[in-house]
Amino acid sequence: MVAQNLFFYAFAALIVAAAVAVVTTRNVVRAALYLVTVFAGVVAQYLLLAAEFVAVTQILVYIGAIMVLMLFGIMLTRARIGRDVALTHDTRWMGLITALALAGVMGYALVDAFGDDPLPHDTQVATVAGSNTATVSDAIFSQYLIPFEVVSVLLLAALVGAIVLARKDRA
Amino acid sequence: MDDLLLNQFLLLGAVLFCIGVYGVLSRRNAVMVLMSIELVLNAVNINLIAFGAMNQNIAGAVFALFVIAIAAAEVGVGLAIILIIYRNRHSVDLNDVDAMKG
Repeated sequence: MVAQNLFFYAFAALIVAAAVAVVTTRNVVRAALYLVTVFAGVVAQYLLLAAEFVAVTQILVYIGAIMVLMLFGIMLTRARIGRDVALTHDTRWMGLITALALAGVMGYALVDAFGDDPLPHDTQVATVAGSNTATVSDAIFSQYLIPFEVVSVLLLAALVGAIVLARKDRA
Repeated sequence: MDDLLLNQFLLLGAVLFCIGVYGVLSRRNAVMVLMSIELVLNAVNINLIAFGAMNQNIAGAVFALFVIAIAAAEVGVGLAIILIIYRNRHSVDLNDVDAMKG
């Protein structure tokens, strides 16, 4: 079990360092690449919690699709490739105060509410029996079928909406 | 220090959420704000999976998948909107988008 803790803290440090780099770097393209690092670290945490289907979906959708969209957005808006001093507000200290206050409140609430509650043994990757992909698909296509269909329609609407918004010859 | 604790994942999610909030509030480039929103959504997903593991309920994973799908839709529409702003104003600086300022 010590190995799991080492794995957790190594990837947690990677996630936090890369996330801080995303919001502080002066280079837009570099921020996008740091964001890939954050997503990859989150994948590792999903694997640690034995949620391998969500982990693979995160790789496919976030790293595969959303990051490509982001890079297209960076290129199409002709952001400066390289250092850009006008990337953050002059009043960013207000955002810093808000984020720190939020972190304090949430940290206190979480420690107060959950303390040292351990996760159950059979939901940890070292001890889990088999895969949970079959359970996920059973749940999606029985209990959560209507939300699944609603999300499908939402994706279609977003697709059509994005095309309508972005096309040049609007009649 | 032998078992994984629920709070490890929840606190990691909280830290990631706060970094995302800082990014949303402090960035001037609209694409960078979208990236920070992705950080926030990832923090939420870590929490959903962790609570699902805690309660041994598959709903956590299912709703994490829904959040991923909705994030994809949000990025698509958001980038289309940013493209229109860029086309009309030749800038994605959020300080320049002040047409509704009194």
